[in-house]
Amino acid sequence: MSIDKLQPRRATLGALRRLSPYVAPHRVALIGSGVAALVATLAGLAVPLITREIVDGPIGGGDLSQLPWLVLGVLAFGLVEAGLILVRRILVAGPSNRIETAMRADLFAHLQRLPVAFHDRWASGQLLSRATSDLTTIRWFVAFSGIFLVVNGLTVVVGIGVLVWLSPWLGLVVAVVAVPLAALTLILERTFSRAARSAQDQAGDLATLVEESALGIRVLKSLGRGRTLTARFLADARELRGTELVKVRILAALWAVLVMLPEIALTVILGVGAYGVTQGTLTLGTLVGAITVLTYLFWPIASIGWLLAEASNAAAATTRYWEVRDIVPTVVDPPSPRSPTRPVRGELVLRGVRFAYPGSDREILSGVDLAVRPGETMALVGATGSGKTTLTALVPRLYDVTGGEVLLDGVDVRSLRLADLRTAVAVAFEDPVLISASVRENVALGVPDGARPGGRADAAVWEALRIASAEGFVAALPWGLDTRIGEQGMSLSGGQRQRLALARAVLGHPPVLVLDDPLSALDVHTEAQVEAALRRVLGGVTALVVAHRPSTVQLADRVAMLAGGRIVAVGTHSELLATHPDYRTLVSSLDDQREGVGA
Amino acid sequence: MSTDRGTAGGTTETGSNANTDANTGGDTGSEAWRGVAVEDDDVDVVSSSTGVRLQRRARALVGELVTPHRRSVVLAVVLLVLDNAVMLAGPLLVARAIDVGVPAAIEGRLAPLAWAIAGYAATGLASAGLRASFLVVSGRVGQDLLLDLRRRVFAHGQRLSLDFHESFTSGRLIARLTSDVEALNDLLEKGLDGLLGALLSLVGISVLLFVLDPVLAGIVLAGFVPLLFLTRWFQRSSRASYRRTRTTVARLIVHFVETMNGIRAVQAFRREERSEAIMDGLGTAYRDANIEAFVTVAWYVGWLRTVGNTTLAVVLLVGALRVADGALALGSLTAFLLYLRRFYDPLDELAQFFNAYQSAAAALEKIASVLDTPPGVEEPLTPVALPSPVRGTLEFDRVHFAYRRAADRTVLPEFSLHVPAGQTIALVGATGAGKSTLAKLAARFYDPTSGTVALDRVDLRDVTDADLRTALVMITQEAFLFSGSVADNIAMGRPSASRAAIVAAADAVGAREFVESLPEGFDTDVRKRGGRLSAGQRQLVSLARVVLADPAVVLLDEATSSLDLPSERAVQAALETVLAGRTALIIAHRLSTVLIADRVLVMAEGRIVQDGSPTQLLAGVGEFADLHAAWRSSLV
Repeated sequence: MSIDKLQPRRATLGALRRLSPYVAPHRVALIGSGVAALVATLAGLAVPLITREIVDGPIGGGDLSQLPWLVLGVLAFGLVEAGLILVRRILVAGPSNRIETAMRADLFAHLQRLPVAFHDRWASGQLLSRATSDLTTIRWFVAFSGIFLVVNGLTVVVGIGVLVWLSPWLGLVVAVVAVPLAALTLILERTFSRAARSAQDQAGDLATLVEESALGIRVLKSLGRGRTLTARFLADARELRGTELVKVRILAALWAVLVMLPEIALTVILGVGAYGVTQGTLTLGTLVGAITVLTYLFWPIASIGWLLAEASNAAAATTRYWEVRDIVPTVVDPPSPRSPTRPVRGELVLRGVRFAYPGSDREILSGVDLAVRPGETMALVGATGSGKTTLTALVPRLYDVTGGEVLLDGVDVRSLRLADLRTAVAVAFEDPVLISASVRENVALGVPDGARPGGRADAAVWEALRIASAEGFVAALPWGLDTRIGEQGMSLSGGQRQRLALARAVLGHPPVLVLDDPLSALDVHTEAQVEAALRRVLGGVTALVVAHRPSTVQLADRVAMLAGGRIVAVGTHSELLATHPDYRTLVSSLDDQREGVGA
Repeated sequence: MSTDRGTAGGTTETGSNANTDANTGGDTGSEAWRGVAVEDDDVDVVSSSTGVRLQRRARALVGELVTPHRRSVVLAVVLLVLDNAVMLAGPLLVARAIDVGVPAAIEGRLAPLAWAIAGYAATGLASAGLRASFLVVSGRVGQDLLLDLRRRVFAHGQRLSLDFHESFTSGRLIARLTSDVEALNDLLEKGLDGLLGALLSLVGISVLLFVLDPVLAGIVLAGFVPLLFLTRWFQRSSRASYRRTRTTVARLIVHFVETMNGIRAVQAFRREERSEAIMDGLGTAYRDANIEAFVTVAWYVGWLRTVGNTTLAVVLLVGALRVADGALALGSLTAFLLYLRRFYDPLDELAQFFNAYQSAAAALEKIASVLDTPPGVEEPLTPVALPSPVRGTLEFDRVHFAYRRAADRTVLPEFSLHVPAGQTIALVGATGAGKSTLAKLAARFYDPTSGTVALDRVDLRDVTDADLRTALVMITQEAFLFSGSVADNIAMGRPSASRAAIVAAADAVGAREFVESLPEGFDTDVRKRGGRLSAGQRQLVSLARVVLADPAVVLLDEATSSLDLPSERAVQAALETVLAGRTALIIAHRLSTVLIADRVLVMAEGRIVQDGSPTQLLAGVGEFADLHAAWRSSLV
């Protein structure tokens, strides 16, 4: 995804720091968990020290009286270690999962508030991968890798301290080995984090393709292009595999370094220590203890490799997360909103409205002037692609105008609260987007009351369905309003789906209706029914209706014709028919011509 | 089948009775909003027999995936065995250095000590090399497995019938291909070497411990017994939690995807808050399932460590006594303790690997169940070739159709229909009359419940999908655009098409003008789902695809509904040319479209009630004459 790659790569630590607002509320539990892990590790480290006492004391000295106590000591430390491991994990269970959930909820809320223009630009697979796999990576980091990175680091330091205490020479050996180890590790980590970022981006692209393959299944089946898309998917999946293999190789190199260097240290200690023993400067017990301590450090040292890798993954995930979170919503409530007139009269005025899609300098609308009187139904006609749908999207502020203004009852829609504006204005989209939920939920959408089964609200839903002539087919569904319809509409026809979209719009009697070609997919019988219903609905409200058909135009009091980014004519249907040849071409269908010939 | 999983998730009401109970659950904590569906196989509480079946399927899948990589797997195992052997040799050499080397050195003979130390250094180097090679080999196998799995699920998803896709929301399929596959990736990344390594150490160390000292080894083995019980307990109790995480995350993905795809409706209808509440509910369910799994792991690891440390203390006590008795060398005890530590040391992380394994197992069950779903529309085992060139005769012979998921509701009662090659047929009738279903049978989106649909006398069930799609193309009202340029999208009709052919196809349906007015013409990126193109423009792109595909049979289901009249006129003019010589089935609500047809079929309630040429039907009485009257009255 090219958008992502434009972002400069932040250093791992800097990226992880941005987790702090989510991590901070849980710091007590997380620090507690870290302390438990550290103490558990130290308790574990005590074991070799006591072992040394046993070797040098009871075994070496032949006095077994101290043995039971020392063994009990080993047991006690062992149980403390086990108990603390349990505590550490229980402590981390809640916070890590809560952090993930909170981050996802905030991301989701943020995405819902980002303007449609943002969603046009971002592939939803990239958003999905941020909300799922990236957050899972972060959860693991908070729960394990992050804590262990600190704890294992400390363990290594403490372990080396113990070695120095046992014998300064042995400690020195380890310290010397540690320097190249750290340097190599850091170099490899840097390479790894670049690969980690690419892998996550590629996974997002893959998710996008997956989504298209599912949503576009009808087209793919119709054209028999399932294989074509599968080939594209495979190409992307192979690319991801390649990146993952790069990660594997780096990780393998990291492991090799981290396994080898401690072994070398142990070899040297063995040599130096054995020499010390022969010279009598070191006891055998100390040598055994030192070796045991060092072997205790093997795992913490080796683990730092993949812990760092996990940290890189988490850092890349955090960066990707904040890339989206940092985008500021542009369609927002004004700082000091004006309240709409009550009741809303519904006068809708577009004054010098200009609009160009972000990133494009071509204006779709270049100075639209249009006034819809309260209670009036205005049809909007124009050729395919003339900007009718774009214009309707400006009224509820799905996009903001790039010039001019849209006024509702004389107030710029941008100075109203979004909730107020969108309560006053309801839209029926030409593409009715359904969700996999009950019919009730699909019609009521945002109205929380409307979604409650039973009760008065159901009556409102039924009323809306009646108006949209959808009552009959909904009642015939196996569970009525409770029937789950999928996003693909569970074999609902285009006309049925369009009527549900219409029911959505009329629910709650909004004073302003914006209907984008509400009758395009209806057959002639249903169209007549819906038209009759619409006539009733449109009676009391202001409506802007995008129309292609003469029959739809008939519903309107006046008609506005959009061409070349402007309104070129406004008048009644018959006026325009009489005065505008272009209009005549636009709305007199082949039907008329054939009728003229045939009838 | 009872439907919802409301009770299963521990929520307060069952979804299945939401329609009968006038309960108060409009809040999103309950799941009434999801509604009731005929089938919902996304349940996470499974009966034990189903559970066993799921596991068996998942295991069979793993077997199939691994088989082609046998050699690499063997190589990986060999590397791992060598690595473990080398690692196990280490403590032995340390023991030798202490027991033999040091005393010899004190006596002035340095050779034994030097050899032991050199040997140790060699094992260290070998271990690092072996480990790195193992990681590379196993990483490659893992990634190959994932690629293969992705390919299988994706390709299978494409093969599954529309019937399946209509009931299995896209979000769930997306969940299978993203989240579930990633769970497996996690396992391969974090866990496989750990698990294998642990098993190998277990065996290797057991042997070595016996060699060193059978008495102490006996104690360690006794410690394994509670370990095995613990592991069994963990496996059982975590499986349920992990199944629940897989189901809940799928639901979460469905909600996420649908919200993002319907963002216009969400914002216009102020659904944000409610949608957030639903997300919170799903997020909480997912979180709780995960927390439960975490806590189970916590207890598992806690007990593992307790057993391990207790064993260590006992070994130390007995070992010390035996050394004091002279039955055991001090070096051997040291080596023994080192081995024991090596076994128990990565245990904490090892449990994490095991955890990933459980999670991946649950994900694999879900994936396996998708892969196990029969395509519904099967590829023929012995395909019959269509005649070349395809003439385009369609024959419905005593066809009856009902959806598989609602077998008792007949959609199309038995009928027969013959469409001669080259005929253009208009299908008219009210919504729900069965027009689309008839077309979809011709396109073999579904197979008839009984009877046959044949193209040029070949049963569609005997034709390969690739052949059929070359011969026959169906275009529906929803003109879905894929990411890529306009040209890429038109080229979906024929991927091998040249730019000139693409432009010509666009020209034929009257789309060229608008495409060329886009910022980068045919190379303009359509952006997500063609959000920037109007519905009408998308339909033009969709029609251009058909022209490019150049099939013998064309099925158009409301393919021009969103066009303005001049565009529709242009398209119709084009269609008259394009359809000449082809068989066509057109579903349209516009009289103008009907009138270009050679023959009209009027459908009502799944039956063909009238059949004749437009003029014949206009002259008579009946449905079509009524329709015609309605049309006339809708015109001015």
